[in-house]
Amino acid sequence: MYSFDPTEEQQMLVEAVNKYAVNDLRVAARDAEENHELPGKLVSKGWELGLLQASIPEAYGGFGERSAVTGVLAVEEMAFGDLAGTLAVMTPSLFATPILLAGTEEQKQEYLPKVIEGDWAPYTAALIEYAFDFDPNDLKTTATLRDEEYLLNGEKAFVLFAKDAEMLLVYANLDGKTQGFIVPRDAAGLSISDECEKLMSLNALPMYRVKLDSVKVPAANRLGGASGMDFEPVLASMRLAAASAAVGVANAAFEYSKNYAKEREAFGVKIAQKQAIAFMLAEMRTEIEASRLLNWEAAWKLDQNHDDAATEAYLAFTGAADMAMMVTDRAVQILGGHGYIREHPVEMWMRNGRGFAMFTGLAIV
Amino acid sequence: MPIEFETPKPIAQTQFVLKTVAEEMMRSKSRYFDEHEHEIPWDYIEFMHTAMKAMGVGSLAPKEKGNGHDGDEKKEKRPPIAYQVLASQIEALAWGDVGFYLVTPGGGLGAAAVQAAGTPEQRAKFLARFAEEKPTFAAMCMTEAGAGSDTASIRTRAILDEKTNEWVLNGEKIFVTGGDKSFTEYEKLGKGFIVVWASIDPSAGRAGMRAFVIEAGTPGVRVTKLEHKLGIRVSDTASISLVDARVPFDHILGSPTVEKTTTGFKGAMATFDATRPLVAASGLGVARAALEFLKEKLTEHGVQVRYGLPRQKLTNIEREVIDMEIMLKSAWLMVIKAVWMADNRKPNALESSMSKVKAGDVGTKITQKVVEILGPLGYSREFLAEKWFRDAKITDIYEGTGQINRLVVARQILDYSGKDLR
Ligand SMILES: Cc1cc2nc3c(=O)[nH]c(=O)nc-3n(C[C@H](O)[C@H](O)[C@H](O)COP(=O)(O)OP(=O)(O)OC[C@H]3O[C@@H](n4cnc5c(N)ncnc54)[C@H](O)[C@@H]3O)c2cc1C
Repeated sequence: MYSFDPTEEQQMLVEAVNKYAVNDLRVAARDAEENHELPGKLVSKGWELGLLQASIPEAYGGFGERSAVTGVLAVEEMAFGDLAGTLAVMTPSLFATPILLAGTEEQKQEYLPKVIEGDWAPYTAALIEYAFDFDPNDLKTTATLRDEEYLLNGEKAFVLFAKDAEMLLVYANLDGKTQGFIVPRDAAGLSISDECEKLMSLNALPMYRVKLDSVKVPAANRLGGASGMDFEPVLASMRLAAASAAVGVANAAFEYSKNYAKEREAFGVKIAQKQAIAFMLAEMRTEIEASRLLNWEAAWKLDQNHDDAATEAYLAFTGAADMAMMVTDRAVQILGGHGYIREHPVEMWMRNGRGFAMFTGLAIV
Repeated sequence: MPIEFETPKPIAQTQFVLKTVAEEMMRSKSRYFDEHEHEIPWDYIEFMHTAMKAMGVGSLAPKEKGNGHDGDEKKEKRPPIAYQVLASQIEALAWGDVGFYLVTPGGGLGAAAVQAAGTPEQRAKFLARFAEEKPTFAAMCMTEAGAGSDTASIRTRAILDEKTNEWVLNGEKIFVTGGDKSFTEYEKLGKGFIVVWASIDPSAGRAGMRAFVIEAGTPGVRVTKLEHKLGIRVSDTASISLVDARVPFDHILGSPTVEKTTTGFKGAMATFDATRPLVAASGLGVARAALEFLKEKLTEHGVQVRYGLPRQKLTNIEREVIDMEIMLKSAWLMVIKAVWMADNRKPNALESSMSKVKAGDVGTKITQKVVEILGPLGYSREFLAEKWFRDAKITDIYEGTGQINRLVVARQILDYSGKDLR
């Protein structure tokens, strides 16, 4: 059957996330962006919503079961508040969720409780590389097997909270396949840039370059053990996280510009009464819906282990990145000159909007 | 039920049959009827009528729940999916040929109007005919030469003759899909009807608008012209003139009195809420046909689309194909959501119009792109791509143009009336 009704639990969760997004994240977003710092309390409050905890079974210290559908609902809603805050709250998932999906029993036992049982702690992952043709399935960072150990070589970019991280999940190219390796931050040969990344947006987030110079990783720390992991569902889950965050940010820009257009007057009427504005809004709303539904379907397929789940997630992601650019750009346009001024949030959302195409690896559902 | 995207069994089960019908009965004749405009595809009409009777579907119009057709109480618990089934069937038939789909016997837009604006007695009275021996058509006449998008300004008048208790209609309707087959009495067809929108009180504006069921062959009513079109040529598009046409009193759909409300107009709009996603579905069927054809040709020529690669590593053709798939899939989901809402009796004016906006865009964009990418093969009449390009364009025009549907969406999201945003 087709159905578009979230479960009651999902609705309750979405409502809780919405409150946090609107009352906490949105309120703090501008200062965080300008001051290059997210208040620690803000992040721990988001962590206490228990999104990750609820996606991990009791056996590993959590209290639920993972659902990509629930994930996309929650991420969209949180990103409606603020993208940087959302990525910070969700950073530990970057480490834990792939372990849940692809780790060995020992790896799950060892790491999952550590991540989720206490307060928010910077467990993170390193996927992105600083190259225009960066491709998650064709990494330049390499892993080579030597004497029962793996040697990691290369450089990672945009690594969230690397400096304070307890552990990192580093993705590297092993014989042409992307594989994950669990690496402690103080591993020999691993170095972290002194300075944070300087990006067009997400200035509130501490992100770093991570260099790997013959970092030795014991065989037991390869994600999935000796036989390794299937990267495809992990990548699909990352793409869906980016896609649903894109819908959340786009929706924020849409709502804000819509409300503005109903207030702002020109030529004796509200600007929303002009078709040139009203049609933009109608198209923004339509494209947001289109992306949202594609995300939902892809997430549902992922939960069902459908054959084409990964392709669908790729399509959802690719479409959402375009959609977010279009919608956030128009939001600025609808506010006119005022949209260009940093007192309004739309310019920040437009900077976010351009990023989704390269945000694969910054979040996972 | 939680969020779910499993194709319902009744839909999945008919897809194969519909595909065969599309290939055997439609595609094989697509070119012929495109080049012989105004010829009637009797084989198709008779085949579809027989097939639909055998399958127990008398009409493509969705059955009203509890109208006596299946008194199966046990089945009540299952979620209603009539509109979802309908949208899927229409998409599958339009994949074959959207012009032929419009010539599928059954109630079409005429029956949809009776469904949306009629009383239960009227539904029973007018809709039973579609399950009978001969294939039968019905059509809906809103548009006039001077009133297209602006439906409220129609000039056709209906005046009650109190002596005979009949309505007397005068006016000129144009662009009536299936108007000829619904009104002209052909040997091979059952008696059809047209639903004509007219004003019973022009001073009341929208509040005075009503729909009238006019039986085929009614004196005073004439088919005056069949249009020559860019596409969907197998489907007749008729002009119909009404000169002192007399219609029994109870053929007025809904209430015969003019209140201060706009129920009559709302009846028309309710019809559109129900039919817009279905028209959207038909446009997406054409788009899918074109995209699948393109992919087949690319495969023949050894061009592989490498899904999963970042944009910057893709070739232009790969990007185009991927973008078209995104458009098509998401547009289809919007249609499904809109009809799912209709099935579950959730108000869907917003979703219904959004699905039409999206399908209008997607249908035209995809078919235009496919012709472009295929180059001379796309432009040649040897293949059907150029025909689909011509066929698809109608999706963005009838049942509310793309602009009109944007207006509906905008009014919904802004909480505006027609006065606030014209
Ligand atoms: C093949 C075919 C089949 C049809 N079948 C039927 C049928 O079965 N029954 C029936 O009743 N009608 C039918 N129609 C009519 C169809 O619904 C109308 O053509 C359509 O509604 C547009 O009306 P119009 O052609 O008068 O264009 P107009 O209303 O004159 O529009 C011209 C242009 O102006 C734009 N426009 C109009 N108003 C506004 C506005 N307020 N804001 C912004 N832009 C605006 C339109 O979008 C369009 O781009 C059919 C038409 C065709 C071509």
